[in-house]
Amino acid sequence: MGDARPILEMQHITKDFPGVRALDGVTMSVRTADIHAICGENGAGKSTLMKVLSGVYPHGTYGGAIVFDGQEVEFKGIKSSERAGIVIIHQELALIPELSIVENIFLGNEIVKNGLIDWDEARRRTLDLLARVGLSIDPSTPIKTLGVGQQQLVEIAKALSKDVRLLILDEPTSALNEDDSENLLNLMLGLKAKGITCLMISHKLNEIAAVSDAVTVIRDGKTVETYPVEAGAVDEDRIIRSMVGRSLENRYPEHTPTIGETIFEVRNWRVEHPTLPGRLICNDSNFTVKRGEIVGFAGLMGAGRTELARSIFGRSYGIFVSGEIFLRGEKVVLPNVRAAIRNGIAYVPEDRKTLGLNLLDSIKVTTVSANLDGILRRGLIDDAMEYEVAEGYRKSMRTKAPSVDVGVKTLSGGNQQKVVLAKWMFPDPDVLILDEPTRGIDVGAKYEIYRLIQELSDEGKAVVVISSELPELMGITDRIYTICEGRITGVVDTAEANQEQLMRMMTTTASMAR
Amino acid sequence: MKSLKQVLGGDLRQFTMVGALIALLIAFEIASGGRMLTSSNFQNLLSGNAYVLILAIGMVMVIVIGQIDLSVGSVAGVVGMIVALTARDLNVPWWVALFIGLGVGMLIGAWQGMWVARIGIPGFITTLAGMLIFRGVVIWISGSISVPVPDEFRTLGSGYLPEWGPTFTQMNNSTLLLGILAIVALGWTQFRKYSRLSSMASEKPPLWPVVVRVVLIALVIGYLTWLFGSGRPGTSFPIPGLILVALVLVYSTITQRTRFGRHIYAVGGNRAAAALSGVDTKRVTFIVMANMSFLAAIAGIMFVGRATAAGPSDGTAWELDAIAAVFIGGAAVSGGIGTVTASMVGGLVMAVLNSGLSLMGVGADRTAVIKGLVLLAAVAFDVYNKEQGRPSILGRLFPKKEPVATAAEPAGSAPVAGKKG
Repeated sequence: MGDARPILEMQHITKDFPGVRALDGVTMSVRTADIHAICGENGAGKSTLMKVLSGVYPHGTYGGAIVFDGQEVEFKGIKSSERAGIVIIHQELALIPELSIVENIFLGNEIVKNGLIDWDEARRRTLDLLARVGLSIDPSTPIKTLGVGQQQLVEIAKALSKDVRLLILDEPTSALNEDDSENLLNLMLGLKAKGITCLMISHKLNEIAAVSDAVTVIRDGKTVETYPVEAGAVDEDRIIRSMVGRSLENRYPEHTPTIGETIFEVRNWRVEHPTLPGRLICNDSNFTVKRGEIVGFAGLMGAGRTELARSIFGRSYGIFVSGEIFLRGEKVVLPNVRAAIRNGIAYVPEDRKTLGLNLLDSIKVTTVSANLDGILRRGLIDDAMEYEVAEGYRKSMRTKAPSVDVGVKTLSGGNQQKVVLAKWMFPDPDVLILDEPTRGIDVGAKYEIYRLIQELSDEGKAVVVISSELPELMGITDRIYTICEGRITGVVDTAEANQEQLMRMMTTTASMAR
Repeated sequence: MKSLKQVLGGDLRQFTMVGALIALLIAFEIASGGRMLTSSNFQNLLSGNAYVLILAIGMVMVIVIGQIDLSVGSVAGVVGMIVALTARDLNVPWWVALFIGLGVGMLIGAWQGMWVARIGIPGFITTLAGMLIFRGVVIWISGSISVPVPDEFRTLGSGYLPEWGPTFTQMNNSTLLLGILAIVALGWTQFRKYSRLSSMASEKPPLWPVVVRVVLIALVIGYLTWLFGSGRPGTSFPIPGLILVALVLVYSTITQRTRFGRHIYAVGGNRAAAALSGVDTKRVTFIVMANMSFLAAIAGIMFVGRATAAGPSDGTAWELDAIAAVFIGGAAVSGGIGTVTASMVGGLVMAVLNSGLSLMGVGADRTAVIKGLVLLAAVAFDVYNKEQGRPSILGRLFPKKEPVATAAEPAGSAPVAGKKG
């Protein structure tokens, strides 16, 4: 627990956008050397608040006062907040992939001697910084060769290079696997011990419970409550209750599956890495999915879950080596995505923005984009039919949007995901593979997505859910396969599974499986 | 404002451009002392710019998929020259030469499409190479001298429709017939679309905006019919204009109403997402690049027809005019945005500027300066609106009264165990 003196006080912060009040008198106080978590549903105003704090919205564009280290501050931009020691690490990492670690760390902050960059000094300091975040890599390594977890650490090293006193992390673990997440959380605890205050936006309640000293919950631009917590004993239900304004007795909807015959089977699936010949990313994978069944794929990041799904979905990833796919009892060959769609397979990618959506499109155009044949009349696209289909899904899925003509870019993550799901429901597939279907979505919207998944299975479809969150898989699936290093290492009935056992199967290395 | 929007039917940006075009026409009409809005000027305007507008049709598709084609001028030049040389040296009928020209255009297109789509060389590089290669070929095969083409090509490049029927109409009857057909066809499609929509929607949309729209369309087409048809005897709506209109209709339908059209926008908007939605992105890229050269061939043939001879420098810098037309028409450099009709409006803005400025006696030097500034201003306008999140100048002049609808529907489907928590 930090000392009682607050390092930061935000008083009655108000921020208006045209037509919308994003922040409505948020007041909160952060104690020195605390890890302070900020929770709230998507659109509650967390990110806006952090942008006010870090000077992205300069003084004068918002109401209220910010007191940092006992003094009222008026930041004119990110530079001035950084000078005061406030550094923000955004959800989408802001590193330049082509540049090296040392170049990234001192980008915009170069060490100059006689008008030239002093690379020796920069390298020396980088080594120092990397050691502080527990990374032992050559500082001249290009960022693009690092994993997401390591990139996150480089971001933090970069923040440390600026003599940070208050570090803001916007959903720092959303892209990390469990190992990297834990590593990062430990690092935050280490920073705390060195007197650095962390402000963390997070959706992951278990992480908040694990590391935070205090929680502030924001809803509809207002502070709902803020309270200190004993580490390890935060009440998840209380957080959820104040986030959504109601209690979520059960985070996963009740569901009784009606499971039929096997309609989807993959046998001895072998796929090579697209650029590293000889390296198998899917190694003799076998699995089956039955009608009406929800099957989970559990595995650590990089285990090959997405790669397996995409290689099945019309060989859209990797180099096919061998293996067979059986659909409704018949062997099929799916050499491209179109063939996969025609045979009744749908794949909803994990990354909505880069793989799932054309952000320039409207809801309407997105909804029909995987099945244009469905809206053709005499060979031409029929506007009225297109509108009817999109509007039908908007209503039945309760997508929050003024009309189907609005751009998908303007929607929140949960509503975007509903549109993507609608896009893949319209071709009426028998097999749906959903890759991280609830990533970056708030608790309320997650529940709706779970219900949609269950409705799909009730229609007799075979559903595969890939997820990094074990509780989620335990909550909604009927059976779980575990994957490790491109191999399927086991399968359990969800009813009999527990997290420790799954985690063990997910980390079983190839040699142990044999 | 709302009723204006209902009449125009959605895309206000496009109507801002049309408004700018009309304003330009009126301004030049006044400044030139009534020489802008005349039959002969309009006939010249259209047949003198049809080839650039045809290039813009292909170019907007290329730009929508996120590529660029710098070779169109050289391709047009090489095709025009090949047509002229075949007709003169091989002693074949003019139409054989024509088809050979179109075939060469398609071959060149397939060549460039292969490099871009199959091998993955960026369109900028491939077509920069094409620009050099085909310009070199024109000069090579022509020996740097002009080659005359058969007279039949003149019809394609600058011909007029036949005169027939009664004279009491006081105008060219072919043009009159075309005008009437256009009004009937547009009116019919508008009403059919309305009846389709109202049969599907739960509440019937109002009919009056459709009526007002059809009347407006009829007035504009009627005026243009009169303008084109009432020139000196023997003139009419020009044949190159007719070819252009036919191509615009075909390509608008392809881009807006077919599966392939949707695929073009999907590839330009997000290539990876398109591929995962079952779009054959390589095939789309190939066809769009190949089609560009095919349209360049048509443009080249029409141009040599109008000029009555193929010259070694034909087509120089046409690609720049076509690209400018597309960007004035609101296309995005990053791809995914742009329409055929908007590019036509963009091209016509350039054409009217050219024509009007020359009527006023402004030299080519200053005309180029003005055209460059107009291009910058049009794109700056787009960028500004994008940053502000505002739809158009009209939207700024007539702000909406009601506040932005916030998505504040109750989350009715979420589980409500203990209602007050």
